Amino acid sequence: MTGEHGGWQRLRTNRDWLGFWFMLPAAAFLLAFLVYPLGLGIWLSFTDARIGTPGNFIGLENYEWIVGDAKFQTAVFFTLLYTLVASAFKFAIGLYLALLLNQAMPFKAIIRAVVLIPFIVPTVLSAIAFWWIFDPQFSVITWSLKKLGWIETNINFLGDAWNARWSVIFANVWRGVPFIAISLLAGLQTLPPSLYEAATLDGATRWQMFRYITYPLLTPIIAVVMTFSVLFTFTDFQLIKVLTNGGPAGSTELMATMSYNTAILGSRIGEGSAVSTAMVPFLLAAILFSWFGLQRRKWQQGEGND
Amino acid sequence: MTERRITRRDTLKAGAALAGAGALEAAHLATFARAWAQSAPWKPEKGAKLQLLRWKRFVQSEEDGFVALVAAFTKATGVPVTVLNESLDDVQPKASVAANTGQGPDIFWGLYSLPHLFPAKCLDVTDVADYLGKKYGGWVDSAVTYGKSGKGWIAIPVGYNGNVINYRRSMVEKAGFKEIPKDTAAFMELMKALKAKSVAGGFALGRASGDGNAWVHWCLWAFGGNLVDAKDKVVINSPETVKALEYAKELSTHFVSGTASWNDAFNNKAFLESQISVTNNGVSIYAAAKANAAKDAKAKEVMDDMDHSLWPVGPAGKPTEFHVAYPMLAMRYTKSPQAAKAFLAFTLEAENYNKWLEAAVAYITHPLNAYDANPVWTSDKKLTVVRDVAKRTLTAGGLGSVGEKAASALADFVILDMFASVCTDRATVKDAISVAERQARRIYR
Repeated sequence: MTGEHGGWQRLRTNRDWLGFWFMLPAAAFLLAFLVYPLGLGIWLSFTDARIGTPGNFIGLENYEWIVGDAKFQTAVFFTLLYTLVASAFKFAIGLYLALLLNQAMPFKAIIRAVVLIPFIVPTVLSAIAFWWIFDPQFSVITWSLKKLGWIETNINFLGDAWNARWSVIFANVWRGVPFIAISLLAGLQTLPPSLYEAATLDGATRWQMFRYITYPLLTPIIAVVMTFSVLFTFTDFQLIKVLTNGGPAGSTELMATMSYNTAILGSRIGEGSAVSTAMVPFLLAAILFSWFGLQRRKWQQGEGND
Repeated sequence: MTERRITRRDTLKAGAALAGAGALEAAHLATFARAWAQSAPWKPEKGAKLQLLRWKRFVQSEEDGFVALVAAFTKATGVPVTVLNESLDDVQPKASVAANTGQGPDIFWGLYSLPHLFPAKCLDVTDVADYLGKKYGGWVDSAVTYGKSGKGWIAIPVGYNGNVINYRRSMVEKAGFKEIPKDTAAFMELMKALKAKSVAGGFALGRASGDGNAWVHWCLWAFGGNLVDAKDKVVINSPETVKALEYAKELSTHFVSGTASWNDAFNNKAFLESQISVTNNGVSIYAAAKANAAKDAKAKEVMDDMDHSLWPVGPAGKPTEFHVAYPMLAMRYTKSPQAAKAFLAFTLEAENYNKWLEAAVAYITHPLNAYDANPVWTSDKKLTVVRDVAKRTLTAGGLGSVGEKAASALADFVILDMFASVCTDRATVKDAISVAERQARRIYR
């Protein structure tokens, strides 16, 4: 038996190496579909590539350009606003709904299923529904308020910069609440009832039970769910694309839609990649915040609660 | 108004007549197609098949006409053609990716400067263009601009989509006008009077790539403004642009509310519901009203009362319209270049093209002069103005080149956003111009 053969034999049978073999498919998958595209995107952002041409390395030129671009600045501002406001509302409403749905009530299963509807409907379809709701001439909201005699003129939902911004945020909240509500509900159901029994015996109020039992025990779930929610919201695309396409005059442009418009429709891949790469630091910050801010409780690492 | 009731017998008779005519037509077409395949200069490769990606139709009868044309081609040449439909906005990215990777559909049918995004990847179709141009009275100027790159043709502009002023005759008359005025000053008066005395009109200021781009480019050019000059040098920062923006701003005060949120579909809906008097659009509103007129009294009223008009002329002193062009290109990577060329030529042969033009009921305008004689332009007086749009239109990029840079500027809404931000008071004229100028400099560097 040669030494090399023996080495191969060891690689095949050694228990430590076995773990490596099992990891390999997953690692290859991540490399091919995650690391490679991300790396390529970052590389392209340093080039002047256009669709059909590989492009030359131009250093930070793309970044210098977008930083000074008024439309990019507006897009960054609105992306942050969109993410922060929508996530805050989604969290508050989602948590409230989860607490409600966790109560004993008739038709619980059906109600829980119904809550999921906004999440199940494909984004583009719900965007088209909102498109009608926010229509300048045919909005059902305008129509109802007019019939009630509360307003005289049509509401300009998507034609005014700030109206448009609040309108798309509303649509995003409507769509995102079920995900948070159902995830938090799942978390709530894992909380041990014994804690609540003990609290009841101690004479704790409902607020105290929420503040000192539910909330701390739910924190890890909240951290994960809100991280996802923030990431989804930050990278939202379809809703804006269908509702406003970034208009009026770029006031509802998100970094994601801007990146698509620049790279694919405008065929300036390098510049579009720079816009999407500029999203990465924000996303990393969101992940780090939830990781360090919400999850690093000592008791979560089995060290007792202080 | 009395309505003639259509009896079941009438319907049957009409149906039988149609079917008879249809059978005759089909037989004629088949004979022509076979003869054509025999004599055409392009002989499809053995076992050739084609895949064609087109924009998704806006008028059903146009697509039906196109499908019939494709079927006739397959029958004549034995080359199967698969037609894929994509929404208008998605054709360009798909084509770009296909050009980049060297695989995908053989033929793409897209917008404006599509072939000029990757001229080196397009099959040279100079022979097809020469053949058709010679046979059918020559190409209109804009078709030459869109089709040619350097000395050769890289695409065949198979049609245009006229973007014209749609208006309600009764509402315009109520405002004290007989028709759409011929110059920009009087047009302002009309819009003002419409809002004050009749029903207001409106043009899209949202990111409507069709209608929005059409009217703001008309406005910019009508006052002599231009994004770039003939050498692609950025010249947007000019007194002419200022005048155009000031005009648009005043004009927009006479619009119905909410046009800043309009995409390409909003004005269609509003016009069909008699909410607006004047807007810019293709003839698809008229087609929709016509299609529903039989069962919907409101649609019939819109159909009877509406009409189309070409755009007013501004201080520039000549028409400055911006109509959509639809070039069709074959990719160099295709395994069946002869079949692809044969298809492009076949499409524009009178026996096929005339029928398709009629099926499209003026939604498509021809690029070849001989088709001025097509009956679709005279059978319905309301469609006659659309006949001339290919001759009147300026090309994407204005005075400048029609290529990638012009496409980029359109995709980035450089002009549209400049107008929208001024009209919605988000920026002063000066600031809006400097934002556009900075962007244009980058695109045209």
